[in-house]
Amino acid sequence: MIRLTTHCSTRLLGAALAFALLGAAPQAQESNTTLIKNATILTITHGTIEHGSVLIRDGKIADVGTNIAAPAGATIIDATGQYVMPGIIDCHSHIAIEGGVNEGSVSVSSMANIADVINPEDPDIYRDLSGGVTVANVLHGSANSIGGQTEVIKLRWGLPADKLVFEGALPGIKFALGENPKRSNSPVFPGATRRYPATRLGVEATIRQAFTDAKAYKAEWDDYNRRKATGEQNLIPPRRDVTLDPLVEVLEGKRYIHAHSYRADEILMLLHVAKEFGFKVQTFQHVLEGYKVADELAAAGSGASTFSDWWSYKLEAYDAIPYNAALMTQKGVIVSINSDDAEEAQHLNQEAAKTMKYGGMTHEQAIKMVTINPAIQLGIDKRVGSIEKGKDADFVIYNHDPLSVYAQVQKTIIDGHTYFDRQKDLAMRADLEKEKKSLIERENKEMQQQRGAGGRGGRGSNPGGVLGTAGDSSAGGRS
Amino acid sequence: MIANNSAAVRMEIMEPRAKRGNKAFFWNGICMLFAFAAAFATIPAAHAQSVYAITGAKVYPVSGPPIEGATVVIRDGKIAAVGKGVSVPPGAKVIEARGLEVYPGMFDAITEMGLNEIGEGVPGSVDSHELGEFNPDLVAETAIQIESEHIPVVRVSGITHVITAPGVGGGGFGGGAAEIIGGQASLINLAGWTPGEMDVKRSAAMIVNWPSQPGGGGRGGFGGGGNQPSAQEARQAYLKHMDDLSDWLDRARHYQLAMHNGTVSEEQRDLKLEALVPVVKGDLPLFIITEDPRSIRDAVNFCDKNKVKMILGTGTAALEVKDLLKEKNTPVVLQPTLTLVREEDDPYDLSLAMAGQLHAAGIKIAFGSYTNEFARRLSQQAGNSVGFGLPHDEALKALTLYPAQMFGVDNELGSIEPGKMANLVVTNGDLLELNTEVKYLFIKGQLTSLDNRHLRLYEKYRKRP
Repeated sequence: MIRLTTHCSTRLLGAALAFALLGAAPQAQESNTTLIKNATILTITHGTIEHGSVLIRDGKIADVGTNIAAPAGATIIDATGQYVMPGIIDCHSHIAIEGGVNEGSVSVSSMANIADVINPEDPDIYRDLSGGVTVANVLHGSANSIGGQTEVIKLRWGLPADKLVFEGALPGIKFALGENPKRSNSPVFPGATRRYPATRLGVEATIRQAFTDAKAYKAEWDDYNRRKATGEQNLIPPRRDVTLDPLVEVLEGKRYIHAHSYRADEILMLLHVAKEFGFKVQTFQHVLEGYKVADELAAAGSGASTFSDWWSYKLEAYDAIPYNAALMTQKGVIVSINSDDAEEAQHLNQEAAKTMKYGGMTHEQAIKMVTINPAIQLGIDKRVGSIEKGKDADFVIYNHDPLSVYAQVQKTIIDGHTYFDRQKDLAMRADLEKEKKSLIERENKEMQQQRGAGGRGGRGSNPGGVLGTAGDSSAGGRS
Repeated sequence: MIANNSAAVRMEIMEPRAKRGNKAFFWNGICMLFAFAAAFATIPAAHAQSVYAITGAKVYPVSGPPIEGATVVIRDGKIAAVGKGVSVPPGAKVIEARGLEVYPGMFDAITEMGLNEIGEGVPGSVDSHELGEFNPDLVAETAIQIESEHIPVVRVSGITHVITAPGVGGGGFGGGAAEIIGGQASLINLAGWTPGEMDVKRSAAMIVNWPSQPGGGGRGGFGGGGNQPSAQEARQAYLKHMDDLSDWLDRARHYQLAMHNGTVSEEQRDLKLEALVPVVKGDLPLFIITEDPRSIRDAVNFCDKNKVKMILGTGTAALEVKDLLKEKNTPVVLQPTLTLVREEDDPYDLSLAMAGQLHAAGIKIAFGSYTNEFARRLSQQAGNSVGFGLPHDEALKALTLYPAQMFGVDNELGSIEPGKMANLVVTNGDLLELNTEVKYLFIKGQLTSLDNRHLRLYEKYRKRP
C-alpha cells in the first residue's frame, strides 16, 4: 500500500495536538459508574443481546443484561441503534515506540526492551483508539532471529508511559524467521559486511545456539541458587548476561515467544527447535503459510496471528491467501487478525469481517479474531476480550454492525473511561485549528524577529525523511 | 519460477475431489458455480461470442437509478438492452439472477497490473520502474505479464478493467534518479490471450511524478537517502525540474509543428518527443502524482498555462486546494483512503472523509489502488468513504463512470447502457460491502472465470490429509 507521508510538523504543532487531544483523556469528574443502554451487545462468549445494557463500576463490568436499572449518579450512555463489542486487541503493533523499531546490528537482540521506549505521546495511539483498539501487543521489528522484549499496553491516551502497561500481562519476546532476519531485501552499505545469518538454515542455527547458551547459563544459575539455598558460603554468582536472561525466562515459561514467520518450513523449524529445547511458541505472527501446517500448529498449541489479505509484497508472501485465518481456525488453531501497522489498526473490525467471505467464518468467529482470540494468545483473556461480568470495561461502540464496511467507531472505552469519542473529536476541531493558527503566527513572528522578514518559519523538512514509527517494522519494509 | 509454481498448483487441483470438510454446503455451492462457469465459454476467449440474458436482477446502471427485476442482454461483447420488461432473445444463455445485483465492472484508476508481480526481492518480476528521469516513450501495455497471478485475484473482487502504469511514485531505484515522466499508462481489460486483446486504450495517460519540494515530502524526486540538500538547494532543484518539464513540453510543441510541416527527417526523429505530441495537442492527459498542496497548485497552473489535460493523483492534500481544483475542473484519482493521515495533527479520519469532502466541493473523483497487492480493497475504500460522508451512488460512480470519463472512454465503459462494452459483475449484495461475493463476471461480454491462485491454494490445503 502506498503510504505517502509529508513531514512538516513542528514541535509547536505537536504540542498543540497533544494539548488538544488530551482533552479526550478521562476527566476527573467522570463518574465511576456508567450504564450503556439500549445497545446491541456482542458479548462474544455469551451471544448477542438486543436492547441490552452494560453496567460499569470502577473500571470493571458490573452487569450485562436487558433490564439493568441505572444506579443513582451513574453516567448514562444511550446507545440506541448502536453496537457494543469488546475493545479490539491488536496482537501485533509497532505504535508508541520512541526511536527505532529494530536493533539491527545483531541477530540476537534480546537485551533490547520495548518497555524502555514506550512513547505515550505517539498520535498513533489516538488513531488506534479511533479504530476501536484498546490493547496492543507492542513489538520490535523483524530484523533479528531473536528480537527484543515486548510489552502489552492498554491505549490509555493521555497517561504517562508506565500507566499504559497492561498490568500483569506476561511479557514477550519477538522472534523472526525468513527474509527479514536473513536481511535478503536489505541493502548492504559500501564497506560493510553482510550480517549472519543470510539463510533460513542460519536462522535456525542462530536460535539453536542462543538456546544452547541459555540452557548452560541457566544451569550455572540453578547450581548457584541450589548451593546458596543449602547455606554454602563464599559463593561467587555467575556473571549476569542480559541477552540470555530473557531466553531463560522463555525456558521457564515466564515469557511468551511471538515469532514473525511466513513460510511453512520455517514454522515447522521453530516448532522442532521449541520441542528440542522444551519451550513453547505462544504465537506465530503473520504466519502467512500457516494454512499449510495448520495441523502442526494446532498440535503444538501455538496461536496464529495473521493479516486479512496482504500478499505478494515479497516472495515469502506469494503463497499468502485470505483464507488463511479461516482455514487455520477450521483445523483447531486459535487465530487472530493483527495490524502490524498504525493505519491497518484503524479498521481491524473490517479485516476480521473478511474471514466470512474468505472461508465462511460466522459473524461471531470473525469478531473473535480481534477480541477474545488475541486475548487468549496474549494470556489476558481473564481480563479482556469479551463482555462478561467481572472483566475490564473495555468496549468499542459502533453506529452499525461492526463487520459492515460502513461501521464507524463512536466511542472507545478502556477501564470504564471514554478515551475516544467521535462527537467530542468533531467538536474539538475548530479549537484545534484556531490554536494551530495562533501558534504558527507566533512562531512566524519570532522567526521574523530572529532572521528578518520572509519564509514560512518553522515548516522545515524532517531531515530523516521518515517519521519512524509504525509501518517500519523491518527497517524500511513492511513486516 | 513463478510459472512453474502455478503449473504445479493447477495439477494438484485437477486431482479428483477428496472428502469434503464440514463446509460442504458452501463448497458445493462454489463448485456448482465453477461447473456453471466452465459450461460456458470462460476466459480468455475473444472468439465464440455468445448472447447472454441476466434476468430478474436489481440492476445498477450507475448512469441512472437502480432498476428492480430488470434484464440485461449481452450480445457481441456489448450491452444490447437493459431494463424492466426487456425480452430474452431466442438462443440466449440465461442467468437467472433473482436476488442478485448487477453493476458495471469496477475500474481501478491506477495500478501496476501485469508490470509488478512481487514488489520486493524479485526484481526480475518487476517492470514498473525504469532508469532515467524522462521516459515518455515507455508504454505499459508492452510488458503486461498475461499470467500474472494478480489478475484473477483482482478480478474476483469485481474489478474488470484497470489503468496499469509505469513509474508510479518514481524513485524505483534506491532513491536515485526519479522518474519525473514515468511513461504511458494503458487501460486494459483483465482478460485476454495477449496484451493486445486486453487493450482498451493503449495510451490512456502520461504518468508524471511531480518533483518534490523542500519541506513538502512527497514521492519521487530528490533527497531520497544520502545527504539532505539545504532548503535553498532543494528549492532550486525543484524549480530546475519544473523548468525541465516545461522545456520537454516546449520541445514537443516545436516537434509537433515540424511534424506538421513535414520537416522531420528519419534521422531527426525523436521518439520521446513524438510520445509527448499527444500531450501538447491536448489529447493525452498528464496523470500528475504529488502529495503536497503547494505542488498541486504549481502542477494545476503548469497544465493550465501549457494547455494540457490533467488528472491529479493525490490524497488529502487535495482538500487544501479544492477551490483551485474546482475552478480548473481538475479530476482527482484518490490515493488509497486506507492511508495514514499525512500530518501529525490531521483529523484522524481525514483520509476516510476526503472523498466525501471533495465530492461536496464539486470535484470529480475516482478510486485507485496505486499498486496491485491491495487492489482487491478498491470497494472497501469506497465503502469506507460512504461511511464517512460520500453518497453511495457517488461512490459507485467513482468506481465506474467517473474514471471512464477521466480517461476519455465513457462512450465505451462505466455504466450499464446499450452499446457499451459488457464489463459487468453480478453480486449477491451491495458491491461495497465486505462480504459481498461476485457470482458472475463478464468482460467484453464473455463470462469470465472466478478461479484464482488463492482459491486453488485454499482448496488444496483444506484437503490435506
